[in-house]
Amino acid sequence: MLLPIATMVTEIPISWYLGLGLVMFCLGGVGVVVRRNPVVVFMCIELMLNAVNLTFLTFAAYGIYPGLNKATAYQSAMNGQMMVIFVMAVAAAEVAVGLGIIMAIFRLRNDVDVDDMSSLKN
Amino acid sequence: MSASEIGFLALALLAVIGAAGVVLIDNPVRSALCLVLNFFVLGFIYFTLGAPMIGITQIMVYAGAIMVLFLFVIMMLKRQGAMAKPDKPDSRLGLAVVLGLALAVTVYATVIAPQGVTLPLGIKDYGTPQAVGVSLFTNFVWPFEVVSVLLLVGIVGSIMLAKRRI
Repeated sequence: MLLPIATMVTEIPISWYLGLGLVMFCLGGVGVVVRRNPVVVFMCIELMLNAVNLTFLTFAAYGIYPGLNKATAYQSAMNGQMMVIFVMAVAAAEVAVGLGIIMAIFRLRNDVDVDDMSSLKN
Repeated sequence: MSASEIGFLALALLAVIGAAGVVLIDNPVRSALCLVLNFFVLGFIYFTLGAPMIGITQIMVYAGAIMVLFLFVIMMLKRQGAMAKPDKPDSRLGLAVVLGLALAVTVYATVIAPQGVTLPLGIKDYGTPQAVGVSLFTNFVWPFEVVSVLLLVGIVGSIMLAKRRI
């Protein structure tokens, strides 16, 4: 019943998945600091959230520590998966509100550049 | 090297290319499309982790809905003449790269290196829609309701922010 790619769950070491998550998180973090367009900054934050989601799912599939018994392993895998679902929901709400704020700022100032948005400074 | 390892490396390479494109490409529409590539490939990586329900949700919600929202906003701002200024590299670039590398090295040394060659537990069917639904409506029904209220607040808030006059 599962798709063929889902049966690909095999002997890939956990560090490969965690390494991918780390690379994505660091790229997103560098992007947040470097880019000046607020929409792109937002996209970099989404990238970081997805890196963390990948890490949650990796630990769900691999177990948080060795020697879990079967029932505990199933429950911890479910917990990790639920966390991913809630992160997705919160990220969706965050994007809707954040893009609304960017539009409101643009309407106020006719310019979008994170370096110029300093009305709250001092 | 086994077939699944080659498959994972191909998917991971695509995901990293997408992530790098988001950060490096100047044009916001193109970086949004790179992010779509990254999210789409990430959905397949979730499949390889044995979580098909999350993988499908990832492709539908992230690569579909959220990125459409981003592209709408980019095109709305573009049409009104914002975003003409390109991102010029300045002094922050070097500092950001150094700090990013430092973060990567620290996390690698403290989290990833001690993991060794841990292999998947091979839990059966934890990612099917059935299992996710049962868990969502039994153990996690209270967070589920809280999140639905949060989404409602988000909808109302974004309409309040985006409307000119209420």
